[in-house]
Amino acid sequence: MHPLFTRNRLGLYLLAWVPLVATSIYSLVARGALDWWHATAIVVPVFLFYAFLCLSAWYPCRATPLGRVSFIRLLLTHLIAAIFFSFIWTRASGAFTYAVLSPEELAGLTRQFLPQVNVIFTVGVLLYLLSVAFHYVLIAMEDSRRAEAQAAEARVLARDAELKALKAQINPHFLFNSLNSISALTSIDPSRARDMCVLLGEFLRLTLGLGEKTVVHFSEELDLLQKYLAIEKIRFGDRLKTHEAIQEESRVCMLPPLLLQPLMENAIRHGIAGLPEGGIVRLTAGRQNGRLEILVENSWDPDAPPRRSSGLGLRNVQQRLEARYGKEAALRVMAEGDLFQVSLSIPLESEETA
Amino acid sequence: MNALAKKKWRALIVDDEELARHIIRELLQPHSEIEIATECANGFEAVKAFAEHKPDLIFLDVQMPKLTGFDVLELIGEKVSVIFVTAYDQYAMRAFEVHAVDYLLKPIGRERFEAALARAKERLGKKMPAAQELAAAARPPQQFLERVVVKDGTRVTLIPVTKLDYVEAQDDYVALASQGKKHLKQQTIASLEACLDPKCFVRIHRSYIVNLERVARIEPYGKDSRLAILSDGARLPVSRTGYARLQSLLDERK
Repeated sequence: MHPLFTRNRLGLYLLAWVPLVATSIYSLVARGALDWWHATAIVVPVFLFYAFLCLSAWYPCRATPLGRVSFIRLLLTHLIAAIFFSFIWTRASGAFTYAVLSPEELAGLTRQFLPQVNVIFTVGVLLYLLSVAFHYVLIAMEDSRRAEAQAAEARVLARDAELKALKAQINPHFLFNSLNSISALTSIDPSRARDMCVLLGEFLRLTLGLGEKTVVHFSEELDLLQKYLAIEKIRFGDRLKTHEAIQEESRVCMLPPLLLQPLMENAIRHGIAGLPEGGIVRLTAGRQNGRLEILVENSWDPDAPPRRSSGLGLRNVQQRLEARYGKEAALRVMAEGDLFQVSLSIPLESEETA
Repeated sequence: MNALAKKKWRALIVDDEELARHIIRELLQPHSEIEIATECANGFEAVKAFAEHKPDLIFLDVQMPKLTGFDVLELIGEKVSVIFVTAYDQYAMRAFEVHAVDYLLKPIGRERFEAALARAKERLGKKMPAAQELAAAARPPQQFLERVVVKDGTRVTLIPVTKLDYVEAQDDYVALASQGKKHLKQQTIASLEACLDPKCFVRIHRSYIVNLERVARIEPYGKDSRLAILSDGARLPVSRTGYARLQSLLDERK
């Protein structure tokens, strides 16, 4: 649909034609070719018709966007269209005039204007080309408006993803199961129950604290992970084994907070929790070629019953990465046999920019 | 001394977390009328233990490896009193409420436990609601069955729906055709149909549901009906309404 129709700006466009129409009427009357009444009756419909014909430039303009097609093609497309429409216009206007005017009036008009028909045709071509230019401006305006809307939407999405991520950190499942474990420990082993209370408290405090920042040291995130794993180890007992291989230099790297915790939680909820005999969660991290590379691996049961909300955590991490790094960061998920891997690669940030 | 003369109820505790089982054990201690037959750490063990001990009462965790609590209930039948246990699952909780099934939320408190136990005792010997209905009610909206649980004698088989070729109704049973084998399951074809993703499975006939992926071609057969030829060569009747359903689904996919 033509943007002038969809945006109610047709009136403004037609207003631009008024000076041309007025000049034409005046010149016809001044030269004594027609009286005011007849000149208006001819000129207004003729130009109104052309005003609408020129609107069709929208379609070739859209088909040949500036800067994306060769200049020759651009010129040819619009020139051919201009000649075609101007030709139609002059012919139709001629026929219209012929039909409306009486023979005597027509004779006067023909005497004066027949020799100038080529000039009128050229004016038609030029008017059409002017309309082409006008449409390119219109398209540019529409594009920038759309780009702005998209950027605004992207900002809202990014913010949403952040908020959801922070809310999702404290998974109710995790919280209730942990409380249940503490409740069990109070009679079996009170001192371990106290340890677990402390761990859970520290975990919650760290989560809340980290959630307020935009970036944190990798070591801070690791701290949180260790608390989390310690709690889950009490819950799962021997079923949960962990292994960490963290390159020392990577600890000072910066990354958005609470990015790894959902990955670790996935590894346990969708991996270890599905295995009656349990399994291992491995965390590997290091700096490589100006990037921080992190790998979370866990054993899993490929035929496990589906768990609720699977994939939500991953999607959220993906969204947050995209919002912050665009295409610079990569999150890859691989499932091979009974090994599930999630790898994360983000560009290094120096502390100053943080 | 009268209490001792009473019949003892036998209970099963099923949870994959040892600490969670411990709490129930502890809460059951004052109840001398209940004897813990055994404890199970997963669904398979539970199914086996059920056949072995014939308990009256089961404390059943919903989320467990391999088999969920719903799967277990489906496999052992409904003639047992079950108290479900879950940490947090809003859909399951709503399903329990709707079907008037007793459930406990973790962390489990004594008051709630006693109330659930009292209700369960009243209901001892009565039938539970159908497990399949309960499981269907507990499934979040727009989420469909991902695998079917079948018991052949004492063996439990899990059939992922992607490996299901077609389903055939046989009286009160359905025959599930998967990888050249047929598995019988006590369920109506309509209730199974309701659990399957309607974008992948079509009811092509009163007695048949087919996996769309397996249909190789449709051939005319008789005046008003057709035959669906599957990629493994199986031939299934297609009724007129079944054909219309198949067509509209194929149109949607285009």
